[in-house]
Amino acid sequence: MAYVAVKGGEQAILNTHKLISETRRGNPDLAELSLAQISEQFGLAVDRVMTEGSVYDRELAALALKQAQGDAIEAIFLLRAYRTTLPRVAVSEPIDTSKMAIRRRISATFKDIPGGQVLGPTYDYTHRLLDFALAAEGLERPQAELAAEPLDETVPRVIDLLNSEGLIEEEIDENDGEVFDLTREPTTFPARRDQRLQNLARGDEGFVLGLAYSTTRGYGGAHPFVGELRLGEVAVEIVPEELGFPITIADVTVTECQMINQFRGSADKPPQFTRGYGLTFGHNERKAMAMSLVDRAMRARELGEDVRYPAQDAEFVLSHTDNVEGNGFVTHFKLPHYVDFQAELQLVRQLRAEHEERRRKATGSEQAKEAAE
Amino acid sequence: MSPTAALVHKDDGYNFAYLDEQTKRMIRRSLLKALSIPGYQVPFGGREMPLAYGWGTGGIQVTASVIGPDDVLKVIDQGADDTTNAVSIRRFFQTVCDVAVTESTAEATVVQTRHRVPETPLKEGQVLVYQVPQPEPLKKIEPRETETRKMHAYAEYGAMQVTLYEDVAHFGRIAKTYDYPAVINGRHLMSPSPIPKFDNPKMEMNPAIQLFGAGREKRIYAVPPYTSVRSLDFDDHPFEVQTWKGSCALCGSTTSYLDEVITDDRGSRMFVCSDTDFCNTRQAEAAAAKAAVDKVSGEEA
Repeated sequence: MAYVAVKGGEQAILNTHKLISETRRGNPDLAELSLAQISEQFGLAVDRVMTEGSVYDRELAALALKQAQGDAIEAIFLLRAYRTTLPRVAVSEPIDTSKMAIRRRISATFKDIPGGQVLGPTYDYTHRLLDFALAAEGLERPQAELAAEPLDETVPRVIDLLNSEGLIEEEIDENDGEVFDLTREPTTFPARRDQRLQNLARGDEGFVLGLAYSTTRGYGGAHPFVGELRLGEVAVEIVPEELGFPITIADVTVTECQMINQFRGSADKPPQFTRGYGLTFGHNERKAMAMSLVDRAMRARELGEDVRYPAQDAEFVLSHTDNVEGNGFVTHFKLPHYVDFQAELQLVRQLRAEHEERRRKATGSEQAKEAAE
Repeated sequence: MSPTAALVHKDDGYNFAYLDEQTKRMIRRSLLKALSIPGYQVPFGGREMPLAYGWGTGGIQVTASVIGPDDVLKVIDQGADDTTNAVSIRRFFQTVCDVAVTESTAEATVVQTRHRVPETPLKEGQVLVYQVPQPEPLKKIEPRETETRKMHAYAEYGAMQVTLYEDVAHFGRIAKTYDYPAVINGRHLMSPSPIPKFDNPKMEMNPAIQLFGAGREKRIYAVPPYTSVRSLDFDDHPFEVQTWKGSCALCGSTTSYLDEVITDDRGSRMFVCSDTDFCNTRQAEAAAAKAAVDKVSGEEA
């Protein structure tokens, strides 16, 4: 058989682009999804893509999901690659979540809290029974009733209430307002908390969840209490140089988790609770809680605890959270490696030949020995 | 390398070579530092590219930072211009900077490569950009960067030498066949990227600029022209490169790196050059020489 060098990679690539476009569309007899439909009806998927893609734009995230056939990691990748090309207009002021327009807010540490417990929208107490009625379209849905009174405009954070008694460590800005930007500078070790939190916020939900889970099963001594979990809209403010005072440029939906953790104290410090923090775009309590647990676990070193488990090891955690990096590297093994493989093939053949040679000599001399006897 | 300041490619909204000029400047500074400390890994603010990590994002950022409108680009993967990822990266640059492309090593001013150094010797003025999956040669010995940085700082490379010795003890020879560690300029241990060790000697005292980009790991390093590249070995187990019993089935070369091609399901195989440009050029030259001979003998008859 004659060998024909593999050519035509270019044509194959052009063809696969057409083919993937066809596959994405599916059966053309069915109506095509609109971005608004994705944004409205797959809202939590959009939230995840915005969070890990690090762009707050529901329409773009919906587009990414549509383009990726609903594959979250592919959609996150698309959004990230777009994000790189955007100019940095300004750095916002820190958002103030105590001024959040609250939709949901719960605390596991106190039965009642100033501002009240607000259950809001949650799947928590739904029984996970498939709702076959949902398979039909145009179903009439029950409407939730409006409360008689609106919530307070400012709802204090539960964790701040502990602060006044000194029962919980204070949150300190270690960087004098200068915030590290993970997307502009390479991570350095030991990584400070701003790097760690940015990394976790963009980190893969599944991986961060798994790490958080491990800390509660003996691989890290987590004894967490959800101080507060809140969901709602906060204002994003910037201070333009020519104005010198803050102006609101957007309202964004965020989920925030303040996790309270035990700490025995040390010779210098009285016993005090410690903090773990989680924040996501949109509604994602799983991610916010997992993030707060891993944040706390990675604080082991600075709190003088032993670093013994994977979730406490910042270099291990931070190097492996990013699913765009992980996905790229794991899947790159499907690229051609035949040059390296040829090198290995040659070596293994050589080693096997040498092995065979040694074995032959050994049996040869043994037979000679037997014959002599 | 031509100046590229504020060049906006005419056909789309992206800046010339995709990256904005500030980012290019940051990368060029890292490249200059890397050239000043041969083999040292310079951390850089690697950007997220519209190509998957592990698929050449580091090489692409380096190429995008050094390429100018007058450059001629060649992209190879496994030595070949027509492998899918090489095609994809070449198309990317044709889209975002509209530079001339070539398959000829001799004509190219910038060559981006994955896993090979071209067989045709490079010249002064050429730039060879390597795609690097894992820039840290000590990674398999010590996964922690906090530790490997110290090992580099103290030039403490005994552990790598011990690893090679363990191969000698187990197998009777050094069993590293690609990504073979080398000491650059007598100082820094460097990963040459997963090129076969066959290519290591080509890096030594090369007249071209050799740049290495690791996008996911956000590291850049370099071997300046005419720099020593010493592959680690032992006096009684000297460094040696791969050899083949046969020659290339297409061009007859006995000096190039050969790929094995399986031609049927009964174990038949043949060996051909991995460097497609080298092989095609030799075939064309042989055909031309044969035609000339035929013509002469035809005239004589």
